[in-house]
Amino acid sequence: MLTEEIKHEIEAEAERFERKQAACIEALRIVQMHRRWVDDESVRDIASVLDMSPDEVDSVATFYNLIYRHPVGRHVIRVCASVSCWLLGYERLLDHLIQRLGIAVGETTADGRFTLLLNQCLGACDHAPALMIDQDQYQDLDVANVEAVLEHYQ
Amino acid sequence: MSERPLTANIRSNAPPLTVAEYEEAGGYQALRKALTTLAPAEVTKLIKEANLRGRGGAGFPTGVKWGFVPMGADAPRPKYLVVNADEMEPGTFKDRLLLEGDPHLMVESMILSAYAIEAEIAYIFLRGEYVLAGKRVGQAIDEARARGYLGRNILGTGYSLQIYMHMSAGRYICGEETALLNSLEGKRAIPRAKPPFPQTSGLFGKPTIVNNVETLCNVPHIVNRGVEWFKKLSRTKNGGTKLYGVSGKVKKPGVWELPMGTTAREILEEHAGGMRDGLQLRGIIPGGASTEFLFEEHLDLMMDFDTVQQAGSRLGTGTMIVLDDRTCPVGMVHNLTKFFAHESCGWCTPCREGLPWLERILKALEDGKGATGDLEEIRTHVKFLGPGLTYCPLAPGAMAPLGSALNRWRDDFEKHIRERRCPWR
Ligand SMILES: Cc1cc2nc3c(=O)[nH]c(=O)nc-3n(C[C@H](O)[C@H](O)[C@H](O)COP(=O)(O)O)c2cc1C
Ligand code: SF4
Ligand code: FES
Repeated sequence: MLTEEIKHEIEAEAERFERKQAACIEALRIVQMHRRWVDDESVRDIASVLDMSPDEVDSVATFYNLIYRHPVGRHVIRVCASVSCWLLGYERLLDHLIQRLGIAVGETTADGRFTLLLNQCLGACDHAPALMIDQDQYQDLDVANVEAVLEHYQ
Repeated sequence: MSERPLTANIRSNAPPLTVAEYEEAGGYQALRKALTTLAPAEVTKLIKEANLRGRGGAGFPTGVKWGFVPMGADAPRPKYLVVNADEMEPGTFKDRLLLEGDPHLMVESMILSAYAIEAEIAYIFLRGEYVLAGKRVGQAIDEARARGYLGRNILGTGYSLQIYMHMSAGRYICGEETALLNSLEGKRAIPRAKPPFPQTSGLFGKPTIVNNVETLCNVPHIVNRGVEWFKKLSRTKNGGTKLYGVSGKVKKPGVWELPMGTTAREILEEHAGGMRDGLQLRGIIPGGASTEFLFEEHLDLMMDFDTVQQAGSRLGTGTMIVLDDRTCPVGMVHNLTKFFAHESCGWCTPCREGLPWLERILKALEDGKGATGDLEEIRTHVKFLGPGLTYCPLAPGAMAPLGSALNRWRDDFEKHIRERRCPWR
């Protein structure tokens, strides 16, 4: 069930548009902001608020990189895997994180602290390699300085 | 120092100008001038005469595009202005500088441009990763509204405009303007057939203009300073300044506003400090991931739309990616192809099926599992995914670096097959 709060937020977005279905992406973002990921029940609930079929909502949800249809940890690490970061050796940084966290890309640590994902270019190519944790971006990373970054996220 | 209107207010490591500081620096003057002394069509005329060309990659003349929008009392309403702030092209980090560095310039540019096409509603389509830009632009929108630059009856002139921000849920194809409109309508971001063009039938079927961030940020300056001034900023016939960027293994990667037509060599050597010690330049991709490689012999070319095109590539976004002599060209195009394969929207077969196929071939080459015939396979795909053969320009964009790399570095590709390994790992 969507909470009343989430429902109101979605309806407020829907009012801005000529058709309320246009708020579908906003709705998915809102649910994810509150719940970290979008489960099947939420897809059905969004569909009923926006007068769509659940499949229509899911076709949108599964299209976008930043909508998670699987559970994620308390913090999501997104390592930039695009070209400038590749040139500057993001693969070493990624291998280190895989070792350090003991998980593969796409997985979540057993304590639910971190999910590790790849991301496309973060627009920080002049400070490669870069990554994001939740809403924060970090630049000029290497195996040595990434440890201190992780410490901020418990 | 040459003039740099787009970045004049941007101070490194300092917060952007508040609305009061921005006004102090001459901000919102152009808006006032246009709304009180110029008809909408006169603003469009100025932009046409200045020959401002789109900075989102294609270089289309902005004033000409605006000129296609139906005007006057009989035009379909509402009309929309959309700022393309999706900036997902790998190696591109220029619009971000403007959005984070001078959000009021973005807001003033939007209002002024919306006025030129008599739009009632403007959207900024911002990529989801640009969190700081979102905060700053959002705040600038609020400040502008509080000052009477936005909302109903702006500055008492009778013109009204609402601005909304949409944070994208992330997909490179959203940057393509018709896919962007589908995304703004809450749908999967699949490109639309053209015609009809968005200028007449865009968002919700209404007349819509989509322009890049950097493109629009020129508009207030052209209104303030005039057409001749704008043309003189440039060293070539393509007027204005340009944000040029460099990433890769250079001494000082970064982004700078320079006269349009600055040479690749100046950008690379004077601004980016040249290659890191011990490294030589092997090639550059001049304008984000979907442009053809250029080489040493092209460095003295003026980096403007026409010159780079004549050299067989495109200015694109103007942010170059540098490949050095100790990094594998096959590995680099493998990384690029992986990006495009992941981001293909899946609508048309050659792109949806062809790009992953190419990615696997390139990965096999890198893993020492390449086979004779692989290079012909790549060449065939470069042809079949080329311009005009797919539903949108994503696939041809993906072929640009791949095809030009194979032409230039065929020996390196062959060595991967012959020696059954990547020589650079
Ligand atoms: C796959 C693809 C991605 C694109 N991404 C962007 C982008 O992120 N930002 C942008 O301004 N233009 C992008 N474009 C170009 C837009 O379709 C459109 O031409 C541009 O926004 C028009 O603005 P301009 O005339 O001001 O350059 C992209 C085009 C394609 C084919
Ligand atoms: S070329 Fe690729 S991105 Fe463009 S419509 Fe076809 S499948 Fe989609
Ligand atoms: S390639 Fe990693 S930030 Fe651009």
